[in-house]
Amino acid sequence: MTSIGTGYDYAVSTYSPDGRVFQIEYASKAVDNSGTAIGIRAKDGVVFAVEKLAQSKLQVPGTNQRIQGVERHLGMATSGLLSDAKQLVTRARSDALNYRNSYSASIPVKTMAEQLGMFMHAYTIYSGARPYGCSVVLGGMDDEGPQLYMIDPSGSYWGYRGCASGKGKQVARTELEKLKFDELSARQAIKEATRIIYSAHDEAKDKEFELELVWISAETNGRFERVSKEMVAEAEAYTQALLNAEMDDDE
Amino acid sequence: MASIKLKLPQAAQNAQEPITHSDGPIVTGTSVLGIKYKDGIMVAADCLASYGSLARFRDVNRLQAFGERTIIGASGDIGDFQYVQDELEKLMIKDFCLADGHELATPHVYSYLHRLLYSRRSEMKPLWNSYVVGGVHSSSSQRFLGYVDLLGTTYQSSTIATGFGAHLAQPLLRKAVEGREDTLTEEEAVKILDDCMRVLFYRDARSLNRIRRAKVTKDGMEVTDPYSLETEWAFAEHIVGYGA
Repeated sequence: MTSIGTGYDYAVSTYSPDGRVFQIEYASKAVDNSGTAIGIRAKDGVVFAVEKLAQSKLQVPGTNQRIQGVERHLGMATSGLLSDAKQLVTRARSDALNYRNSYSASIPVKTMAEQLGMFMHAYTIYSGARPYGCSVVLGGMDDEGPQLYMIDPSGSYWGYRGCASGKGKQVARTELEKLKFDELSARQAIKEATRIIYSAHDEAKDKEFELELVWISAETNGRFERVSKEMVAEAEAYTQALLNAEMDDDE
Repeated sequence: MASIKLKLPQAAQNAQEPITHSDGPIVTGTSVLGIKYKDGIMVAADCLASYGSLARFRDVNRLQAFGERTIIGASGDIGDFQYVQDELEKLMIKDFCLADGHELATPHVYSYLHRLLYSRRSEMKPLWNSYVVGGVHSSSSQRFLGYVDLLGTTYQSSTIATGFGAHLAQPLLRKAVEGREDTLTEEEAVKILDDCMRVLFYRDARSLNRIRRAKVTKDGMEVTDPYSLETEWAFAEHIVGYGA
């Protein structure tokens, strides 16, 4: 036993005396080590943005995508262990297919959050299991309009107007809280999401990153679509202009 | 034969008679027509779903778009068509999830439909439909028009007609379209299809004069709202016989 461990953190089936399950907390640490992922629920759609940190300059841009489609109206952004996330995407897709086979309809976002949450929770109650080292930002458009949820490694989930996970989650949340969600269009949310990812990025620790942007909105006919190059450029220009203005203020 | 069957005990009947619950359609749609014209593909079908000879449902859509540039028209069993729609929807979602930048084009949908129908007929559980599959390729602008039926039979042609239309409309379509696929204008194509649908309405007792028409061009797809064809029945007074 190491100096800090007290024996309560070996299995997910053991509580510590003060009622914590350390393995779940460690899983959350895995999430905190990864690039920031955010989700915004705007008036007419949802926007996902991810700061995908490059491990090497040799990596090909556009690979290992961290925002993935589940159905055409539903997608998820993940932070944490990428291969865990991939498994969750696969699971979400099969849940969505299952729902479709039963009801001939697309799965509502809330149902998806519930099912995926319960699936992740199952890995937090058996001693032989390792919890998923992932937070999932789940969003889409259904009969209720735009929907956004975030599931953490414990399997619990909440609905959000804006949410963030990963390295820069504190900075990102502070920025998200300033947004006026009742007036925000999805198109504008893309710019804000871009700005927030850039401000949450820590240039001292991580140099290269790739911005992943996806939206599901009235403008995309409720479909999951990667934001076009032109719109990304526009959002980055908007971010740059704000940063320049800030620098002028500092001088 | 029927009287002998009635005398047989249940068990003996089961032992001797083949299973027959897949041997016919129940609620049916009649002909679908499709042609190539200058700008792409045009298809038409009426809005009727018959229950035997009863005109049971009169606002049914038998033209279904898949993706941006593929249209499918179905005749035959409506329930089987709805199942096929679900299967194709799942195919499109599966393809979307791959996120490989590749788009299912008309020939892929056509091929999938062919394999689906052929495998089901080989299981002796045929999907009781004939399909017209049409589309225009997004980059090459190449036109595609094909036919698939419940036996898994396929062919491609510049004019296609299913069901009753294969007998009545196909000769008219061939005369109007063949050799002129690259010069027919949209207006001419609409007139050809409307005229053929009208002929079918006069002669096919399972048809309706309320129809939908769809066109696929390199710019995308348009499906019309249902509209009614003008008909002229004055000549009917002079028809004598036929039990009237």
